[in-house]
Amino acid sequence: MLTITNLSASVADKPILKGLSLTINAGEIHAIMGPNGAGKSTLGYTLGGRPGYEVTGGSATLNGADLLALAPHERAAAGLFLGFQYPVEIPGVSFVQFLREAANAQRRQRGEAPLSGAEFLKCAREQAALLKMDMEMLKRPVNVGFSGGEKKRAEMVQMGILNPSLAILDETDSGLDIDALRICGEGINAIMRKPDKAVLLITHYQRLLDYVKPDFVHVLAGGRIVKSGGPDLALELEEFGYEGQTV
Amino acid sequence: MTSPRPLPTRPLPTRAHEDYRYADLTALASVWPVVVEEHALQTGETGALIVAEMGAEPTARMIAITLGAGAKFDLRIITGGPAYGRIQVTVSLADDADFTLGAVQLAGGNQTLEIVTELHHQGENATSRQVVRNVAAGASSVSYLGKVCVARGADGTDAGQSVRAMLLDATAQANARPELEIYADDVKCAHGCAVGELDEGALFYLAQRGIAPAEARRLMLQAFVAEALTGAEGEEHLMALVTTRLAGLLEGAA
Repeated sequence: MLTITNLSASVADKPILKGLSLTINAGEIHAIMGPNGAGKSTLGYTLGGRPGYEVTGGSATLNGADLLALAPHERAAAGLFLGFQYPVEIPGVSFVQFLREAANAQRRQRGEAPLSGAEFLKCAREQAALLKMDMEMLKRPVNVGFSGGEKKRAEMVQMGILNPSLAILDETDSGLDIDALRICGEGINAIMRKPDKAVLLITHYQRLLDYVKPDFVHVLAGGRIVKSGGPDLALELEEFGYEGQTV
Repeated sequence: MTSPRPLPTRPLPTRAHEDYRYADLTALASVWPVVVEEHALQTGETGALIVAEMGAEPTARMIAITLGAGAKFDLRIITGGPAYGRIQVTVSLADDADFTLGAVQLAGGNQTLEIVTELHHQGENATSRQVVRNVAAGASSVSYLGKVCVARGADGTDAGQSVRAMLLDATAQANARPELEIYADDVKCAHGCAVGELDEGALFYLAQRGIAPAEARRLMLQAFVAEALTGAEGEEHLMALVTTRLAGLLEGAA
């Protein structure tokens, strides 16, 4: 599904990713762990096409499409979803308006018919219920006045509505209490653990992985994947830290 | 002790007049002289006015509001036709009076839009809040000149001004001049103004959800002006007027 080959990227002329390669197949859940500054968030932003994240080498394809040749909104329509570590607040625009515009913008790009208001609300209601989020909250301006945990749950509701084939979730577990962590974890499983979908979890900690069991765990350091393994690698990292790794 | 100057209804002002520094005097001449609209509220009365000037003809309005003790007035302004638009407002506030202004000016082409306010806090413990959001595209000019005068003895005054402008093109111009004239001691007057561009991080957030750049900019501008219309009577209708005009501006409308 996602094939990253020798990807290099710079931010403000400073190289961050230095020849990163990673393949994720449909039906798989991968976790990337690593110390601060290793380039974890940069990987998500670079794949998403954030301005200022300049690709200096390598390639990335999603379902065979050249991801790096697409504009950010086209990458979304191609099936890429980024869960943000710090979701943005947008006063004056309700979640309902924002998500309906987003869903239909993606559908238009894919040549599909737009959802009617009723179809959209039905879908939004189902996904909100899955994340135990009151539908009334989705009538409020995007993320405004939401707690850290509510923002992350709202990200998962968005993921459910937009129904991507690949989700890259950047520290979805940060700022969550135990209950919210479990709800988000169960949401990720319900929405994304499917044969035709895949997930890349970016995280510092094992705790999210207790709920969303990864098939593969990678250690990112110095802009590259330096070690890969099964779920046990995350437990090992938790116990011995990144410094305890022999690379 | 300051009191509201009578609005200059004749002869046609010149640029030497400070309140007309950014005015389009040629367009103004076509609607001169301007009749002052008076709103006088007695003790404890409540009033509201919505001014929406989106037409193709030049417009200039002068609105004089007098608020008796404890009276409240809510004024909302939206301007954004293709022509010149000027709204001048003077308000005098007695004890415990309350005045709210929420204004959105959406200028494009060679348009000039301006709002000029002069508030006179005459009594004790009166409150005023002005929220102005300006958007300028093309080679347009959009201005807010706002003066708050707090009279001697008008203690407990609480006056706020928040003015922000967004420039969509390098050729557009925004002017903001908040001014305070305070003769009382116990006074809270806050003003802030800023001219900016749309937030890069938020635009990326919208793009990542699949929204194309033009729509993302429209949504961000909707977010930008929203605060000026929050709580207004018929807020949804006003937002609809605004979003239609914003979509036009982003498509290069005058």
